[in-house]
Amino acid sequence: MSNAKMIQSDISSVLTRQEMAEIDHELEHIPYKSGAAIDALKIVQAGRGWVSDESLQAIAKYLDMSSEELEGVATFYNLIYRRPVGEKVILFCDSVSCWIGGCDSIKQTISDTLGVDYGETTDDNRYTLLPVPCLGACDRAPVMMVGDDLITHLDDNKISEIFSSNKSGVQS
Amino acid sequence: MPMIYVDGQEIEVKKGENILEACLNAGLDLPYFCWHPAMGSIGSCRQCALVQYQNEEDTRGRIVMGCMTPVSEGARFSLKAENATQFREAVVESLMLNHPHDCPVCAEGGECHLQDMTVMVGHRDRRYTGKKNTYRNQYLGPLIHHEMNRCIACYRCERYYRDYAGGKDLGAQASHDHLYFGRHEEGVLESEFSGNLVEVCPTGVFTDKPFLKQYSRKWDLQSAPSICQGCAVGCNIAPGERYGKVKRVHNRYNDEVNGYFLCDRGRFGSGYLNSDLRLDYAGIKNPDGSFFAVHQQQALDTAAGWMTGKKVVAIGSPRASLEANYLLRELVGPKNFAPGFSDHEADLIGGIATILQSTKSINPSIKQIETADAVLILGEDVTNTAPRVALALRQSVRNKAFELAEQMGLPAWQDAAVRNLAQDQRSPMTIVSAMDTRLDDVASTCVSLAPDDIAAFGHAVAAALAGETTDNAEADAAAQMLKAAKNPLIVSGSSMAHQGVINSAAAVADALSQAKTMLSFCVPECNSLGLALMVADGSSSSLKALAKRAVKVDALIVLENDLYRRGDKELIDQLLASGTKVITLDMYENGTLDQSDLVMAAASYAESQGTLVSSEGRAQRFYPVHSPAAERLPSWQWLLRLAKVVEHKKLSKLEHFDQIVAACAKSSPLFAGLVDVAPLNSFRDRGSKIPRQTHRYSGRTAMNSGVSVHEPQQPKDHESPLSYSMEGLNRDQPASLTPFVWAPGWNSNQSLQKFQSEVDGPLKGGSSGVRLISSSQTGAEISSQVNEVTLKPHQWHLVPMEQIHGSDELSAHTDEIAELAGRGFIAIGEKVAEKLAVTEGDGLLVKQGDVQSSLEVRILSRVAKNCIGYSAGYSETRELTAGSLVSLEVDKAWQRSGPEMIASDKAAFQQVIGDGGASNV
Repeated sequence: MSNAKMIQSDISSVLTRQEMAEIDHELEHIPYKSGAAIDALKIVQAGRGWVSDESLQAIAKYLDMSSEELEGVATFYNLIYRRPVGEKVILFCDSVSCWIGGCDSIKQTISDTLGVDYGETTDDNRYTLLPVPCLGACDRAPVMMVGDDLITHLDDNKISEIFSSNKSGVQS
Repeated sequence: MPMIYVDGQEIEVKKGENILEACLNAGLDLPYFCWHPAMGSIGSCRQCALVQYQNEEDTRGRIVMGCMTPVSEGARFSLKAENATQFREAVVESLMLNHPHDCPVCAEGGECHLQDMTVMVGHRDRRYTGKKNTYRNQYLGPLIHHEMNRCIACYRCERYYRDYAGGKDLGAQASHDHLYFGRHEEGVLESEFSGNLVEVCPTGVFTDKPFLKQYSRKWDLQSAPSICQGCAVGCNIAPGERYGKVKRVHNRYNDEVNGYFLCDRGRFGSGYLNSDLRLDYAGIKNPDGSFFAVHQQQALDTAAGWMTGKKVVAIGSPRASLEANYLLRELVGPKNFAPGFSDHEADLIGGIATILQSTKSINPSIKQIETADAVLILGEDVTNTAPRVALALRQSVRNKAFELAEQMGLPAWQDAAVRNLAQDQRSPMTIVSAMDTRLDDVASTCVSLAPDDIAAFGHAVAAALAGETTDNAEADAAAQMLKAAKNPLIVSGSSMAHQGVINSAAAVADALSQAKTMLSFCVPECNSLGLALMVADGSSSSLKALAKRAVKVDALIVLENDLYRRGDKELIDQLLASGTKVITLDMYENGTLDQSDLVMAAASYAESQGTLVSSEGRAQRFYPVHSPAAERLPSWQWLLRLAKVVEHKKLSKLEHFDQIVAACAKSSPLFAGLVDVAPLNSFRDRGSKIPRQTHRYSGRTAMNSGVSVHEPQQPKDHESPLSYSMEGLNRDQPASLTPFVWAPGWNSNQSLQKFQSEVDGPLKGGSSGVRLISSSQTGAEISSQVNEVTLKPHQWHLVPMEQIHGSDELSAHTDEIAELAGRGFIAIGEKVAEKLAVTEGDGLLVKQGDVQSSLEVRILSRVAKNCIGYSAGYSETRELTAGSLVSLEVDKAWQRSGPEMIASDKAAFQQVIGDGGASNV
């Protein structure tokens, strides 16, 4: 209902001018407005880290879609976050090559170091840990991504190095 | 016809169908989930797997999906091959990983397609011992209960709700093993056709919420073939009764009418049958205004005393059966009978009846409406006035997609591919209306005009079709659209309360030269057209004329009609309080009943039998689902008995229902077809009557033992070929006598395919109903006079807006419908709202002469200049007259309705389901 009732002024109170401009840019290449759904979600997520209900409703309205339709798209992709995430998302590969490479124990190390399990965010809001089926770097397994950085040949030392107690940031 | 081989058996199949359809047509049991005859195939559930062999030598074959594989000459398949049976069992086993074992507490249990398929594939023992996924359910409104844990991810709900019915607020979310079908956030489902989810869902995810509150198993329900009384479309329904209550309404398939689907008014609008407003006994008015309950005979004797040798007039009803109206008309004589329309309505519907008899065009069935490749709608918001027709119109715009598919050699049942191919290309539909309609989203053109201008628009289209030049580009475009079509369809109706609009629709249709031109009119009530045909000879009276004579007559009989809905209060007061004895037959308390001197408790449609004529001109029979409770009698029986007591010369010779039908059929050439509507009372199927109860109907002798341990005899039905019994056969009988569907191994409504002559075809017993009106060769005579009205500043044209929930007299007394109907409203455009500084939910005073109504504001997205709409048929708007000029003023005393008034059920739901906290606002 909230979507149906949302009017133009509501959209611009949620989406920034920059976001709308970027979405407009995508729309130039697409015959159907709804075709820009994924890009619009990515644009909004890029700036805000995740897609809130409010953002989703505004995007849906902007693209002449129902919230349900856009929700279907947003929740289908596991890299569109419909809940808040930390500053950096750890995408930890638990697929075959990494599993052979011993990813289970490495994951345990991460959990012990950061105090989070899959789907959880650290108390200081710096990291969210998520599993991912493959990162396309099987030759360098086990691997994970932290934010935009791909980190390969993981072992426990590397983990503690990355998530050193001062948590000063990621080194690859 | 190609031949195929299934397990060595030679089967003749239809060219272009798929192997699943071919198997079902051949009577073979091939399990399936996601395929639906009305929605085609998407190959999502993998249940209809079978083995296809390359040739006679091929012994290994390969697994194919039945619903996705077209038949071809000489193709070889096996259902019984071990790898096929194992595959199908494995599919069910995988679905059962997450499906809860809650059948005993599930409303679907006993009529569950998943149960049937599980048994059919032979899957018995669960090997999986892990945890099952669980989901949070959503509040989806007062009609539909949501239980996501039971989902098997077949996608039928989304495909029905979104693709078929055009709903936007339900969809698939997430993916793989946490797929979720629901809304973005909790709330009332917006579609007027949401109830079909109950029948479309192969398991218990979407169930009938009002039914849950008074639940009985399918096998314990007593059913009868019936006709929906919610509007004039005449959908076939199968109400289910137990303990004297109608508990639910299910769709009853008629390939030419409603097919597989009903609207929510039809499915959920019968709750009033069990309401406290129903009458159980006849009553005579005491001097203090209360009623004294009397026996049937006493009531009849009293009435006879007031009638014998006296002047008696009568008012019939467009919501009563043809038979009851016929008896009443004969009883008092045609001149003393008014059909019970309001005078304006009598003109409109009489006009429609005349046009339908004289037009060259076809008055289409719903099935024919679906074939339209260009549609012009004049004035009508079809979704609210003839909902099931609107659902058909939604399908008609897909003909463009089917045309494209045919060019590509793509079968129409390849649903995903056809939709992908067409994207949003649709057959053209032009809607000319005063304001938004619920079909605007599929229309190619929407034109907003005041009712007078809609009529002018129609005539301009007709003129353009006749080759004249018009200065109306939109009308020219509409004319071009219709001219280019093979099966053009014009839809109009009486809801604008404007004869000119109706005439203009007829003018357009007659200006078209295509042989398959269709002209469809929406009329308001279940027997409006039947009654209009009955009085088409012009010998009957009008309400106003009757009111004038009322002081001079001794008695007035009112049949199932709340006259306060038919004329202004003054006129009706004058009619009822003229000193005349007023005898009313009705089933529930209303204003007219209160003003009567004698009341006869009429049986509801679920307790009586009768014939209705739909807007298609189709006469259809409804039968009692259960025998009348207490001292109720069907109106036709009251009137027949009354005729005997007053010794009416002609009517007292009649004994049985069939004789009344025969007499009625003789009364007018228009009604000659009535005798063929359904088999006679003497009809027997293989020696027996058709049972209303299922073979496993339980507790027949014990279900009332809480009241009395005596075992009463089953009621006898002396008037129809149906029995109140479980004995007899329910199979392949005439379509009009099919009370429910069930077949061995098929407990769910999917057993329908065993009753169909072929997939999606007519029932083996035919398509029920007889069309009374056929198109003529002469062409309609239509006046093209158009009124011009001058408005003063700050005056608006009042345009009636029929509402699916709230405008209908009877269904509005159902709690769930009343909740959805909300308060009576006034609908204005955004600009007017801005000017008056009001938003949705505020109050406006609507002043029409010295009448003033305070109504809730709704904002329209498109509206004709100087027009405002109002919710027609609501008690709050009863004083307003369609077409009148009104002024508006902000209502300062208005109280906005709180959320608890709209979503009372939601609060209750949250208390039960709640997420643990006491955070309810």
